[in-house]
Amino acid sequence: MASSILVVGEVEEGRLATITAEMLGAARRLSGDGTVTCALIGSGVEASGQAAIALGADEVIVVDDAALAEYNTDTYLQAMLKVAEQASAPIILFGQTDMGRDLAPRLAFRLDTGVIMDTIELAMDGDRLQGTRPCYGGNARAINVVRGDPQIATVRAKSQDLAAEDSSRQGTVTKIDAAIDQSAVRVKVIERSGVSAEGVRLEDADVVVSGGRGLGGPENFDVIEDLASALGAAVGASRAVCDLEWRPVSEQVGLTGKVVSPTLYIAVAISGASQHMAGCSGSKNIVAINKDADANIFKAARFGIVEDFAKVMTPLIEAVKQEKGG
Amino acid sequence: MHIVVCVKQVPDWDIPPSSFKIDEALNQVVPPPGVAAVPSQFDTIGVEAAMRLKDEAPDTKVTIMSMGAESARDVIKHSLAMGADEGVLLTDALFENLDWYQISLVLSTAIKKLEGVDLVVCGRQAVDWDMGVAGSGIAEMLDWPALTIGKQVKVSDGTLSVERVLMDGFETVEAPLPAVVTVSNELGEPRYPKLQQIMQAAKKQVTIWAAADLGLDDSQLGAGARKLTLEKLYVPVSNVECEFMEGDTPEEMAQNLAKKLAEAKLI
Repeated sequence: MASSILVVGEVEEGRLATITAEMLGAARRLSGDGTVTCALIGSGVEASGQAAIALGADEVIVVDDAALAEYNTDTYLQAMLKVAEQASAPIILFGQTDMGRDLAPRLAFRLDTGVIMDTIELAMDGDRLQGTRPCYGGNARAINVVRGDPQIATVRAKSQDLAAEDSSRQGTVTKIDAAIDQSAVRVKVIERSGVSAEGVRLEDADVVVSGGRGLGGPENFDVIEDLASALGAAVGASRAVCDLEWRPVSEQVGLTGKVVSPTLYIAVAISGASQHMAGCSGSKNIVAINKDADANIFKAARFGIVEDFAKVMTPLIEAVKQEKGG
Repeated sequence: MHIVVCVKQVPDWDIPPSSFKIDEALNQVVPPPGVAAVPSQFDTIGVEAAMRLKDEAPDTKVTIMSMGAESARDVIKHSLAMGADEGVLLTDALFENLDWYQISLVLSTAIKKLEGVDLVVCGRQAVDWDMGVAGSGIAEMLDWPALTIGKQVKVSDGTLSVERVLMDGFETVEAPLPAVVTVSNELGEPRYPKLQQIMQAAKKQVTIWAAADLGLDDSQLGAGARKLTLEKLYVPVSNVECEFMEGDTPEEMAQNLAKKLAEAKLI
Protein backbone atom coordinates (compact mmCIF):
# COMPACT_ATOMS: atom_id res chain seq x y z
CA MET A 1 0.00 0.00 0.00
CA ALA A 2 1.13 3.48 -0.72
CA SER A 3 1.01 6.00 2.11
CA SER A 4 -0.16 8.72 -0.22
CA ILE A 5 -0.60 9.39 -3.91
CA LEU A 6 -0.71 12.68 -5.76
CA VAL A 7 -2.90 12.72 -8.86
CA VAL A 8 -2.19 15.62 -11.20
CA GLY A 9 -5.66 16.46 -12.42
CA GLU A 10 -6.84 18.20 -15.56
CA VAL A 11 -9.94 20.28 -16.15
CA GLU A 12 -11.47 20.41 -19.63
CA GLU A 13 -14.13 22.98 -20.40
CA GLY A 14 -14.92 23.42 -16.73
CA ARG A 15 -15.18 19.70 -15.95
CA LEU A 16 -12.75 17.28 -14.39
CA ALA A 17 -11.23 15.25 -17.24
CA THR A 18 -12.19 11.57 -17.47
CA ILE A 19 -8.55 10.50 -17.16
CA THR A 20 -8.36 12.40 -13.86
CA ALA A 21 -11.41 10.55 -12.56
CA GLU A 22 -9.80 7.29 -13.64
CA MET A 23 -6.56 8.12 -11.85
CA LEU A 24 -8.45 9.05 -8.68
CA GLY A 25 -10.11 5.63 -8.84
CA ALA A 26 -6.72 3.95 -9.29
CA ALA A 27 -5.10 6.02 -6.54
CA ARG A 28 -7.94 5.17 -4.14
CA ARG A 29 -7.47 1.47 -4.89
CA LEU A 30 -3.64 1.60 -4.59
CA SER A 31 -3.45 3.72 -1.46
CA GLY A 32 -5.96 1.88 0.71
CA ASP A 33 -6.27 4.03 3.81
CA GLY A 34 -3.56 6.41 2.60
CA THR A 35 -4.15 9.94 1.43
CA VAL A 36 -5.15 10.68 -2.16
CA THR A 37 -4.34 14.21 -3.18
CA CYS A 38 -5.53 15.80 -6.41
CA ALA A 39 -3.66 18.76 -7.88
CA LEU A 40 -5.55 21.18 -10.08
CA ILE A 41 -3.34 23.58 -11.99
CA GLY A 42 -4.76 26.18 -14.35
CA SER A 43 -7.10 29.13 -14.45
CA GLY A 44 -10.65 28.77 -13.11
CA VAL A 45 -10.00 25.21 -11.97
CA GLU A 46 -10.86 25.62 -8.28
CA ALA A 47 -14.53 24.86 -8.92
CA SER A 48 -13.61 21.28 -9.87
CA GLY A 49 -12.12 20.57 -6.44
CA GLN A 50 -15.38 19.21 -5.07
CA ALA A 51 -15.75 16.86 -8.03
CA ALA A 52 -12.27 15.48 -7.32
CA ILE A 53 -13.23 14.85 -3.69
CA ALA A 54 -16.44 13.10 -4.75
CA LEU A 55 -14.34 10.81 -6.97
CA GLY A 56 -11.90 9.82 -4.24
CA ALA A 57 -9.56 12.69 -3.35
CA ASP A 58 -8.99 13.42 0.36
CA GLU A 59 -7.34 16.69 -0.34
CA VAL A 60 -7.15 19.00 -3.31
CA ILE A 61 -4.29 21.39 -3.97
CA VAL A 62 -5.32 24.21 -6.25
CA VAL A 63 -2.96 26.50 -8.13
CA ASP A 64 -5.31 28.87 -9.87
CA ASP A 65 -3.72 31.73 -11.77
CA ALA A 66 -4.47 33.57 -14.99
CA ALA A 67 -0.83 32.93 -15.98
CA LEU A 68 -1.69 29.20 -16.05
CA ALA A 69 -4.69 29.56 -18.37
CA GLU A 70 -2.94 27.48 -21.01
CA TYR A 71 -0.29 24.81 -20.72
CA ASN A 72 3.29 26.00 -20.94
CA THR A 73 6.10 23.66 -19.85
CA ASP A 74 7.93 26.36 -17.92
CA THR A 75 5.02 27.86 -15.97
CA TYR A 76 3.45 24.48 -15.24
CA LEU A 77 6.76 23.02 -14.11
CA GLN A 78 7.13 25.85 -11.60
CA ALA A 79 3.60 25.28 -10.31
CA MET A 80 4.11 21.52 -10.26
CA LEU A 81 7.29 21.79 -8.17
CA LYS A 82 5.34 23.75 -5.56
CA VAL A 83 2.50 21.23 -5.59
CA ALA A 84 4.89 18.27 -5.26
CA GLU A 85 6.55 19.92 -2.28
CA GLN A 86 3.23 20.72 -0.61
CA ALA A 87 1.84 17.21 -1.12
CA SER A 88 5.17 15.43 -0.48
CA ALA A 89 3.59 12.23 -1.81
CA PRO A 90 5.88 9.30 -2.65
CA ILE A 91 3.88 8.61 -5.85
CA ILE A 92 2.78 11.14 -8.48
CA LEU A 93 0.43 10.18 -11.33
CA PHE A 94 -0.17 12.17 -14.52
CA GLY A 95 -2.48 11.36 -17.41
CA GLN A 96 -0.80 10.33 -20.68
CA THR A 97 -2.15 13.52 -22.21
CA ASP A 98 -0.62 16.51 -23.98
CA MET A 99 0.32 17.83 -20.54
CA GLY A 100 1.44 14.55 -19.01
CA ARG A 101 3.63 13.57 -21.97
CA ASP A 102 5.52 16.84 -21.66
CA LEU A 103 5.43 17.65 -17.95
CA ALA A 104 5.89 14.26 -16.26
CA PRO A 105 9.37 13.57 -17.71
CA ARG A 106 10.42 17.16 -17.12
CA LEU A 107 9.39 16.95 -13.45
CA ALA A 108 11.07 13.56 -13.04
CA PHE A 109 14.41 14.76 -14.35
CA ARG A 110 14.16 17.98 -12.32
CA LEU A 111 13.63 15.92 -9.16
CA ASP A 112 16.40 13.45 -10.12
CA THR A 113 14.03 10.53 -10.25
CA GLY A 114 12.52 8.17 -12.83
CA VAL A 115 9.21 8.10 -14.67
CA ILE A 116 7.16 5.26 -16.20
CA MET A 117 5.29 6.61 -19.23
CA ASP A 118 1.96 5.40 -20.60
CA THR A 119 1.08 2.76 -18.03
CA ILE A 120 -2.03 0.62 -18.53
CA GLU A 121 -1.87 -1.28 -15.24
CA LEU A 122 -0.74 -0.15 -11.82
CA ALA A 123 0.00 -2.26 -8.75
CA MET A 124 1.88 -1.86 -5.48
CA ASP A 125 4.79 -4.07 -4.47
CA GLY A 126 5.46 -2.95 -0.91
CA ASP A 127 6.01 0.78 -1.19
CA ARG A 128 7.00 0.59 -4.87
CA LEU A 129 4.63 1.23 -7.74
CA GLN A 130 4.74 -1.33 -10.55
CA GLY A 131 3.67 0.16 -13.85
CA THR A 132 2.83 -2.08 -16.80
CA ARG A 133 3.23 -0.40 -20.17
CA PRO A 134 2.98 -1.42 -23.80
CA CYS A 135 6.28 -1.18 -25.68
CA TYR A 136 7.83 -2.39 -28.94
CA GLY A 137 4.97 -0.78 -30.81
CA GLY A 138 2.39 -2.66 -28.78
CA ASN A 139 4.00 -6.07 -29.33
CA ALA A 140 5.22 -6.40 -25.75
CA ARG A 141 4.47 -5.30 -22.22
CA ALA A 142 7.06 -4.14 -19.72
CA ILE A 143 6.66 -3.91 -15.98
CA ASN A 144 8.80 -1.08 -14.63
CA VAL A 145 9.54 0.21 -11.15
CA VAL A 146 10.92 3.66 -10.31
CA ARG A 147 13.88 3.38 -7.94
CA GLY A 148 14.13 7.10 -7.20
CA ASP A 149 11.76 9.26 -5.16
CA PRO A 150 9.12 10.37 -5.81
CA GLN A 151 7.87 7.64 -8.13
CA ILE A 152 6.28 9.25 -11.17
CA ALA A 153 4.08 7.58 -13.79
CA THR A 154 1.69 8.59 -16.54
CA VAL A 155 -1.54 6.67 -17.01
CA ARG A 156 -3.16 5.90 -20.36
CA ALA A 157 -6.75 7.04 -20.87
CA LYS A 158 -9.45 4.39 -20.43
CA SER A 159 -7.07 2.00 -18.68
CA GLN A 160 -8.42 2.41 -15.14
CA ASP A 161 -11.84 1.94 -13.59
CA LEU A 162 -13.52 5.07 -12.29
CA ALA A 163 -14.26 5.25 -8.60
CA ALA A 164 -17.95 5.50 -7.77
CA GLU A 165 -18.91 9.14 -7.38
CA ASP A 166 -19.96 10.00 -3.82
CA SER A 167 -20.97 13.62 -3.41
CA SER A 168 -21.10 13.22 0.38
CA ARG A 169 -17.34 12.54 0.62
CA GLN A 170 -15.46 15.14 2.63
CA GLY A 171 -12.08 16.59 1.83
CA THR A 172 -9.95 19.67 2.14
CA VAL A 173 -9.08 22.20 -0.52
CA THR A 174 -5.78 24.05 -0.17
CA LYS A 175 -4.91 26.94 -2.44
CA ILE A 176 -1.31 27.74 -3.10
CA ASP A 177 0.03 30.81 -4.79
CA ALA A 178 1.48 30.21 -8.25
CA ALA A 179 3.88 33.15 -7.95
CA ILE A 180 5.27 32.37 -11.40
CA ASP A 181 8.81 33.66 -11.85
CA GLN A 182 8.45 35.08 -15.37
CA SER A 183 12.23 35.47 -15.71
CA ALA A 184 12.51 31.66 -15.72
CA VAL A 185 9.85 31.26 -18.42
CA ARG A 186 11.62 30.71 -21.73
CA VAL A 187 8.88 28.97 -23.67
CA LYS A 188 6.23 31.15 -25.25
CA VAL A 189 2.95 29.80 -26.64
CA ILE A 190 2.23 31.78 -29.80
CA GLU A 191 -0.88 30.20 -31.16
CA ARG A 192 -3.12 27.23 -30.52
CA SER A 193 -5.43 25.90 -33.20
CA GLY A 194 -7.95 23.35 -32.09
CA VAL A 195 -9.45 20.84 -34.43
CA SER A 196 -13.10 21.18 -33.55
CA ALA A 197 -14.43 17.69 -33.22
CA GLU A 198 -17.72 17.35 -35.03
CA GLY A 199 -20.15 14.76 -33.77
CA VAL A 200 -18.97 12.16 -31.27
CA ARG A 201 -15.61 12.62 -29.57
CA LEU A 202 -13.28 9.78 -30.52
CA GLU A 203 -11.98 8.96 -27.05
CA ASP A 204 -15.43 9.00 -25.48
CA ALA A 205 -17.26 7.15 -28.25
CA ASP A 206 -18.94 3.84 -27.55
CA VAL A 207 -18.60 2.85 -31.20
CA VAL A 208 -15.71 3.79 -33.50
CA VAL A 209 -15.44 3.18 -37.24
CA SER A 210 -11.88 3.53 -38.55
CA GLY A 211 -10.46 3.51 -42.04
CA GLY A 212 -6.99 2.60 -43.25
CA ARG A 213 -4.77 3.07 -46.25
CA GLY A 214 -6.50 0.15 -47.96
CA LEU A 215 -9.36 2.53 -48.73
CA GLY A 216 -7.18 3.87 -51.53
CA GLY A 217 -7.99 7.55 -51.18
CA PRO A 218 -9.62 10.21 -49.02
CA GLU A 219 -12.78 10.16 -51.17
CA ASN A 220 -13.47 6.60 -50.04
CA PHE A 221 -13.88 7.73 -46.45
CA ASP A 222 -17.49 8.46 -47.40
CA VAL A 223 -18.40 4.88 -46.54
CA ILE A 224 -16.63 5.17 -43.17
CA GLU A 225 -18.57 8.33 -42.37
CA ASP A 226 -21.84 6.82 -43.55
CA LEU A 227 -21.42 3.71 -41.41
CA ALA A 228 -20.37 5.87 -38.46
CA SER A 229 -23.41 8.06 -38.86
CA ALA A 230 -25.71 5.01 -39.11
CA LEU A 231 -24.23 3.74 -35.83
CA GLY A 232 -23.86 7.07 -34.02
CA ALA A 233 -20.14 6.34 -34.00
CA ALA A 234 -16.98 8.43 -34.09
CA VAL A 235 -14.62 8.25 -37.07
CA GLY A 236 -11.02 7.13 -36.63
CA ALA A 237 -8.12 6.61 -39.00
CA SER A 238 -4.81 4.79 -39.17
CA ARG A 239 -1.54 6.65 -38.93
CA ALA A 240 -0.76 6.02 -42.61
CA VAL A 241 -3.99 7.77 -43.56
CA CYS A 242 -3.20 10.80 -41.37
CA ASP A 243 0.39 10.96 -42.63
CA LEU A 244 -1.01 11.06 -46.18
CA GLU A 245 -3.29 13.89 -44.99
CA TRP A 246 -6.43 12.06 -46.08
CA ARG A 247 -7.77 12.67 -42.59
CA PRO A 248 -6.89 15.12 -39.79
CA VAL A 249 -4.35 13.97 -37.23
CA SER A 250 -7.00 14.36 -34.52
CA GLU A 251 -8.61 11.18 -35.89
CA GLN A 252 -5.46 9.10 -35.66
CA VAL A 253 -5.85 5.96 -33.57
CA GLY A 254 -2.62 4.34 -32.46
CA LEU A 255 0.49 4.49 -30.39
CA THR A 256 1.23 8.12 -31.22
CA GLY A 257 -2.38 9.17 -31.66
CA LYS A 258 -5.53 8.51 -29.71
CA VAL A 259 -6.10 5.47 -27.56
CA VAL A 260 -9.69 4.32 -27.77
CA SER A 261 -11.52 1.62 -25.83
CA PRO A 262 -15.06 1.55 -27.26
CA THR A 263 -17.53 -1.30 -26.94
CA LEU A 264 -17.38 -1.77 -30.71
CA TYR A 265 -14.43 -0.91 -32.97
CA ILE A 266 -14.91 -1.47 -36.69
CA ALA A 267 -11.63 -1.43 -38.64
CA VAL A 268 -12.08 -1.09 -42.39
CA ALA A 269 -9.12 -1.69 -44.72
CA ILE A 270 -6.72 -1.50 -41.78
CA SER A 271 -4.03 -4.17 -41.70
CA GLY A 272 -3.51 -3.90 -37.94
CA ALA A 273 0.12 -2.86 -37.62
CA SER A 274 1.14 -3.15 -34.00
CA GLN A 275 1.37 0.62 -33.62
CA HIS A 276 -2.31 0.85 -34.64
CA MET A 277 -3.28 -2.01 -32.32
CA ALA A 278 -1.64 -0.10 -29.48
CA GLY A 279 -4.42 2.45 -29.92
CA CYS A 280 -7.42 0.15 -30.26
CA SER A 281 -6.60 -3.14 -28.53
CA GLY A 282 -8.53 -2.03 -25.44
CA SER A 283 -11.76 -2.16 -27.47
CA LYS A 284 -14.27 -4.66 -26.10
CA ASN A 285 -15.20 -5.99 -29.57
CA ILE A 286 -13.25 -5.51 -32.79
CA VAL A 287 -14.78 -6.08 -36.21
CA ALA A 288 -12.39 -6.22 -39.15
CA ILE A 289 -13.13 -5.84 -42.84
CA ASN A 290 -10.10 -6.52 -45.02
CA LYS A 291 -9.53 -8.31 -48.29
CA ASP A 292 -6.34 -9.90 -46.95
CA ALA A 293 -7.29 -12.94 -44.84
CA ASP A 294 -3.83 -12.89 -43.25
CA ALA A 295 -4.10 -9.27 -42.05
CA ASN A 296 -2.98 -8.95 -38.45
CA ILE A 297 -6.19 -7.15 -37.48
CA PHE A 298 -8.12 -10.45 -37.67
CA LYS A 299 -6.03 -11.83 -34.80
CA ALA A 300 -7.65 -9.31 -32.48
CA ALA A 301 -11.09 -9.34 -34.11
CA ARG A 302 -14.24 -11.05 -32.83
CA PHE A 303 -15.99 -10.81 -36.21
CA GLY A 304 -14.39 -10.53 -39.62
CA ILE A 305 -15.21 -10.20 -43.28
CA VAL A 306 -12.56 -11.11 -45.83
CA GLU A 307 -13.59 -9.03 -48.83
CA ASP A 308 -12.91 -5.78 -50.63
CA PHE A 309 -14.37 -2.92 -48.60
CA ALA A 310 -15.80 -1.39 -51.79
CA LYS A 311 -18.12 -4.38 -52.19
CA VAL A 312 -19.10 -4.78 -48.54
CA MET A 313 -19.60 -1.32 -47.13
CA THR A 314 -22.71 -0.20 -48.99
CA PRO A 315 -24.67 -3.37 -48.18
CA LEU A 316 -23.33 -3.26 -44.63
CA ILE A 317 -24.57 0.30 -44.11
CA GLU A 318 -27.99 -0.76 -45.43
CA ALA A 319 -28.10 -3.89 -43.27
CA VAL A 320 -27.06 -1.95 -40.16
CA LYS A 321 -29.77 0.64 -40.81
CA GLN A 322 -32.30 -2.18 -41.14
CA GLU A 323 -31.18 -3.88 -37.93
CA LYS A 324 -31.26 -0.58 -36.05
CA GLY A 325 -34.63 0.33 -37.55
CA GLY A 326 -36.10 -3.10 -36.87
CA MET B 1 24.26 27.11 -36.21
CA HIS B 2 25.32 23.73 -34.87
CA ILE B 3 22.62 21.06 -34.63
CA VAL B 4 23.01 17.68 -32.95
CA VAL B 5 20.55 14.95 -33.90
CA CYS B 6 20.34 11.97 -31.55
CA VAL B 7 19.77 8.77 -33.49
CA LYS B 8 19.16 5.38 -31.91
CA GLN B 9 19.90 2.11 -33.60
CA VAL B 10 17.10 -0.45 -33.30
CA PRO B 11 16.27 -3.76 -34.96
CA ASP B 12 13.80 -3.27 -37.81
CA TRP B 13 10.53 -3.94 -35.98
CA ASP B 14 8.46 -3.61 -39.11
CA ILE B 15 8.04 -7.39 -39.05
CA PRO B 16 5.00 -9.62 -38.66
CA PRO B 17 4.01 -9.69 -34.95
CA SER B 18 4.24 -13.49 -35.14
CA SER B 19 8.04 -13.16 -35.52
CA PHE B 20 8.22 -11.12 -32.33
CA LYS B 21 9.78 -13.18 -29.52
CA ILE B 22 10.90 -12.45 -25.99
CA ASP B 23 13.36 -14.37 -23.87
CA GLU B 24 11.44 -14.10 -20.61
CA ALA B 25 14.33 -15.41 -18.54
CA LEU B 26 16.53 -12.55 -19.73
CA ASN B 27 13.70 -10.00 -20.05
CA GLN B 28 14.99 -9.27 -23.54
CA VAL B 29 13.60 -9.27 -27.04
CA VAL B 30 15.09 -11.92 -29.32
CA PRO B 31 15.90 -10.14 -32.56
CA PRO B 32 14.55 -12.27 -35.41
CA PRO B 33 17.30 -13.65 -37.61
CA GLY B 34 18.08 -11.63 -40.71
CA VAL B 35 16.45 -8.45 -39.43
CA ALA B 36 18.58 -5.42 -40.12
CA ALA B 37 19.49 -2.72 -37.61
CA VAL B 38 17.92 0.57 -38.65
CA PRO B 39 17.70 4.08 -37.22
CA SER B 40 14.64 4.46 -35.00
CA GLN B 41 11.98 5.91 -37.28
CA PHE B 42 11.29 9.13 -35.40
CA ASP B 43 15.04 9.81 -35.19
CA THR B 44 15.33 9.71 -39.00
CA ILE B 45 12.55 12.29 -39.03
CA GLY B 46 14.78 14.28 -36.66
CA VAL B 47 17.58 14.12 -39.22
CA GLU B 48 15.12 15.34 -41.85
CA ALA B 49 14.11 18.27 -39.60
CA ALA B 50 17.78 19.21 -39.20
CA MET B 51 18.42 18.92 -42.95
CA ARG B 52 15.50 21.22 -43.70
CA LEU B 53 17.09 23.82 -41.42
CA LYS B 54 20.39 23.28 -43.21
CA ASP B 55 18.63 23.70 -46.58
CA GLU B 56 17.53 27.16 -45.37
CA ALA B 57 20.89 28.06 -43.79
CA PRO B 58 23.65 26.13 -45.61
CA ASP B 59 26.37 27.13 -43.12
CA THR B 60 24.58 25.01 -40.49
CA LYS B 61 26.59 22.10 -39.18
CA VAL B 62 24.68 18.90 -38.41
CA THR B 63 26.26 16.33 -36.11
CA ILE B 64 24.72 12.89 -35.70
CA MET B 65 25.08 11.37 -32.23
CA SER B 66 24.38 7.74 -31.54
CA MET B 67 24.99 5.60 -28.50
CA GLY B 68 25.38 1.88 -28.79
CA ALA B 69 27.52 -0.91 -30.10
CA GLU B 70 30.15 -0.35 -32.78
CA SER B 71 27.45 -1.37 -35.29
CA ALA B 72 25.60 1.87 -34.50
CA ARG B 73 28.13 3.35 -36.95
CA ASP B 74 25.78 2.13 -39.71
CA VAL B 75 22.90 4.32 -38.56
CA ILE B 76 25.28 7.27 -38.31
CA LYS B 77 26.40 6.58 -41.90
CA HIS B 78 22.79 6.55 -43.06
CA SER B 79 22.20 9.96 -41.47
CA LEU B 80 25.45 11.30 -42.91
CA ALA B 81 24.28 10.15 -46.33
CA MET B 82 21.12 12.21 -45.82
CA GLY B 83 23.46 15.22 -45.69
CA ALA B 84 24.67 15.53 -42.11
CA ASP B 85 28.26 16.68 -41.64
CA GLU B 86 29.82 14.46 -39.01
CA GLY B 87 29.10 11.80 -36.46
CA VAL B 88 29.77 11.01 -32.83
CA LEU B 89 29.54 7.40 -31.71
CA LEU B 90 29.25 6.85 -27.98
CA THR B 91 30.32 3.30 -27.35
CA ASP B 92 31.38 1.60 -24.13
CA ALA B 93 30.41 -1.49 -22.18
CA LEU B 94 29.17 0.92 -19.52
CA PHE B 95 26.62 2.34 -21.99
CA GLU B 96 24.78 -0.97 -22.24
CA ASN B 97 21.53 -1.43 -20.37
CA LEU B 98 21.09 2.14 -19.12
CA ASP B 99 17.85 3.67 -17.96
CA TRP B 100 16.54 6.95 -19.38
CA TYR B 101 18.13 9.03 -16.67
CA GLN B 102 21.52 7.55 -17.52
CA ILE B 103 20.92 7.79 -21.28
CA SER B 104 20.08 11.47 -20.90
CA LEU B 105 23.15 11.95 -18.74
CA VAL B 106 25.49 10.39 -21.34
CA LEU B 107 23.94 12.29 -24.27
CA SER B 108 23.82 15.65 -22.48
CA THR B 109 27.42 15.24 -21.30
CA ALA B 110 28.54 14.48 -24.87
CA ILE B 111 26.59 17.48 -26.18
CA LYS B 112 28.35 19.70 -23.61
CA LYS B 113 31.70 18.28 -24.71
CA LEU B 114 30.96 19.21 -28.34
CA GLU B 115 30.63 22.88 -27.26
CA GLY B 116 28.72 25.52 -29.16
CA VAL B 117 25.68 23.36 -29.87
CA ASP B 118 22.58 25.49 -30.54
CA LEU B 119 19.90 22.89 -31.12
CA VAL B 120 19.41 19.23 -30.21
CA VAL B 121 16.88 17.24 -32.21
CA CYS B 122 15.44 13.92 -30.98
CA GLY B 123 12.64 11.66 -32.16
CA ARG B 124 9.51 11.90 -30.01
CA GLN B 125 10.17 8.36 -28.78
CA ALA B 126 12.26 5.36 -29.79
CA VAL B 127 10.35 2.60 -31.54
CA ASP B 128 11.57 -0.09 -29.14
CA TRP B 129 10.64 1.16 -25.67
CA ASP B 130 8.24 3.97 -26.73
CA MET B 131 9.08 5.85 -23.53
CA GLY B 132 9.44 9.33 -25.05
CA VAL B 133 11.43 11.06 -22.31
CA ALA B 134 15.04 11.37 -23.52
CA GLY B 135 14.53 14.77 -25.19
CA SER B 136 13.10 16.23 -21.98
CA GLY B 137 15.89 14.61 -19.98
CA ILE B 138 18.65 16.07 -22.15
CA ALA B 139 17.01 19.50 -21.94
CA GLU B 140 16.67 19.30 -18.16
CA MET B 141 20.30 18.26 -17.70
CA LEU B 142 21.52 21.05 -19.98
CA ASP B 143 19.05 23.50 -18.41
CA TRP B 144 17.62 24.25 -21.85
CA PRO B 145 13.99 24.51 -22.91
CA ALA B 146 12.47 21.54 -24.75
CA LEU B 147 9.67 21.82 -27.29
CA THR B 148 8.23 18.34 -27.72
CA ILE B 149 6.35 16.44 -30.46
CA GLY B 150 6.95 18.90 -33.29
CA LYS B 151 5.64 18.68 -36.84
CA GLN B 152 7.42 21.78 -38.07
CA VAL B 153 10.72 23.20 -36.85
CA LYS B 154 11.98 26.66 -37.73
CA VAL B 155 14.82 28.82 -36.48
CA SER B 156 15.15 32.53 -37.01
CA ASP B 157 17.25 35.13 -35.19
CA GLY B 158 18.22 32.72 -32.43
CA THR B 159 14.63 31.69 -31.74
CA LEU B 160 13.32 28.17 -32.19
CA SER B 161 9.74 27.99 -33.38
CA VAL B 162 7.95 24.64 -33.32
CA GLU B 163 4.49 23.62 -34.35
CA ARG B 164 3.53 20.93 -31.83
CA VAL B 165 1.07 18.12 -32.40
CA LEU B 166 -1.64 18.03 -29.71
CA MET B 167 -4.34 15.41 -29.21
CA ASP B 168 -6.94 17.71 -30.77
CA GLY B 169 -4.99 20.23 -32.76
CA PHE B 170 -1.71 22.06 -32.98
CA GLU B 171 0.13 24.81 -31.18
CA THR B 172 3.02 27.01 -32.13
CA VAL B 173 5.57 27.56 -29.38
CA GLU B 174 8.84 29.47 -29.30
CA ALA B 175 11.94 29.33 -27.18
CA PRO B 176 15.35 30.96 -27.40
CA LEU B 177 18.29 28.81 -28.50
CA PRO B 178 20.01 26.74 -27.25
CA ALA B 179 17.10 24.34 -27.00
CA VAL B 180 15.90 20.79 -27.59
CA VAL B 181 13.14 19.79 -29.99
CA THR B 182 11.53 16.36 -30.39
CA VAL B 183 9.79 15.54 -33.66
CA SER B 184 6.89 13.37 -34.74
CA ASN B 185 5.96 11.56 -37.96
CA GLU B 186 3.64 14.45 -38.97
CA LEU B 187 6.79 16.35 -39.98
CA GLY B 188 6.85 14.31 -43.18
CA GLU B 189 8.90 11.70 -44.95
CA PRO B 190 12.67 11.71 -44.47
CA ARG B 191 14.72 12.21 -47.63
CA TYR B 192 16.42 9.28 -49.32
CA PRO B 193 20.18 9.55 -49.75
CA LYS B 194 21.44 9.63 -53.32
CA LEU B 195 24.15 7.19 -54.36
CA GLN B 196 26.71 9.98 -54.51
CA GLN B 197 25.78 11.05 -50.97
CA ILE B 198 26.19 7.49 -49.70
CA MET B 199 29.70 7.43 -51.16
CA GLN B 200 30.51 10.81 -49.65
CA ALA B 201 29.21 9.68 -46.27
CA ALA B 202 31.88 6.99 -46.10
CA LYS B 203 34.50 9.74 -45.97
CA LYS B 204 32.85 11.82 -43.28
CA GLN B 205 34.36 11.83 -39.84
CA VAL B 206 32.89 9.78 -36.99
CA THR B 207 34.38 10.55 -33.58
CA ILE B 208 34.25 7.78 -31.00
CA TRP B 209 33.89 8.57 -27.32
CA ALA B 210 33.86 6.15 -24.40
CA ALA B 211 32.57 6.80 -20.89
CA ALA B 212 36.01 7.95 -19.71
CA ASP B 213 36.10 10.58 -22.49
CA LEU B 214 32.94 12.03 -20.97
CA GLY B 215 34.21 11.79 -17.39
CA LEU B 216 31.53 9.23 -16.55
CA ASP B 217 32.00 5.96 -14.69
CA ASP B 218 30.24 3.09 -13.00
CA SER B 219 29.03 5.32 -10.14
CA GLN B 220 26.67 7.10 -12.59
CA LEU B 221 26.18 4.36 -15.17
CA GLY B 222 26.08 1.19 -13.10
CA ALA B 223 22.95 -0.79 -12.32
CA GLY B 224 22.90 0.70 -8.82
CA ALA B 225 22.47 4.20 -10.26
CA ARG B 226 19.34 3.33 -12.24
CA LYS B 227 16.23 5.35 -11.45
CA LEU B 228 14.05 2.85 -13.27
CA THR B 229 14.23 -0.93 -13.38
CA LEU B 230 12.64 -3.47 -15.68
CA GLU B 231 10.94 -6.17 -13.65
CA LYS B 232 9.42 -8.16 -16.48
CA LEU B 233 9.03 -8.12 -20.25
CA TYR B 234 6.42 -10.32 -21.91
CA VAL B 235 4.18 -10.75 -24.92
CA PRO B 236 0.51 -10.23 -24.06
CA VAL B 237 -1.70 -13.15 -25.03
CA SER B 238 -4.85 -12.56 -26.99
CA ASN B 239 -7.51 -15.24 -26.68
CA VAL B 240 -9.85 -13.84 -29.30
CA GLU B 241 -10.85 -16.18 -32.09
CA CYS B 242 -12.19 -14.37 -35.15
CA GLU B 243 -15.54 -15.57 -36.48
CA PHE B 244 -15.46 -14.98 -40.22
CA MET B 245 -18.74 -14.09 -41.90
CA GLU B 246 -19.89 -16.54 -44.50
CA GLY B 247 -21.85 -15.76 -47.61
CA ASP B 248 -21.79 -16.31 -51.36
CA THR B 249 -21.82 -12.59 -52.05
CA PRO B 250 -20.47 -9.50 -50.28
CA GLU B 251 -24.12 -8.54 -49.62
CA GLU B 252 -24.73 -11.79 -47.73
CA MET B 253 -21.58 -11.36 -45.68
CA ALA B 254 -22.61 -7.80 -44.83
CA GLN B 255 -26.08 -8.91 -43.79
CA ASN B 256 -24.66 -11.73 -41.67
CA LEU B 257 -22.35 -9.29 -39.91
CA ALA B 258 -25.19 -6.89 -39.16
CA LYS B 259 -27.21 -9.81 -37.75
CA LYS B 260 -24.31 -10.99 -35.57
CA LEU B 261 -23.78 -7.48 -34.24
CA ALA B 262 -27.46 -7.14 -33.44
CA GLU B 263 -27.54 -10.57 -31.75
CA ALA B 264 -24.55 -9.58 -29.62
CA LYS B 265 -26.39 -6.33 -28.81
CA LEU B 266 -23.50 -4.31 -30.20
CA ILE B 267 -25.73 -2.23 -32.47
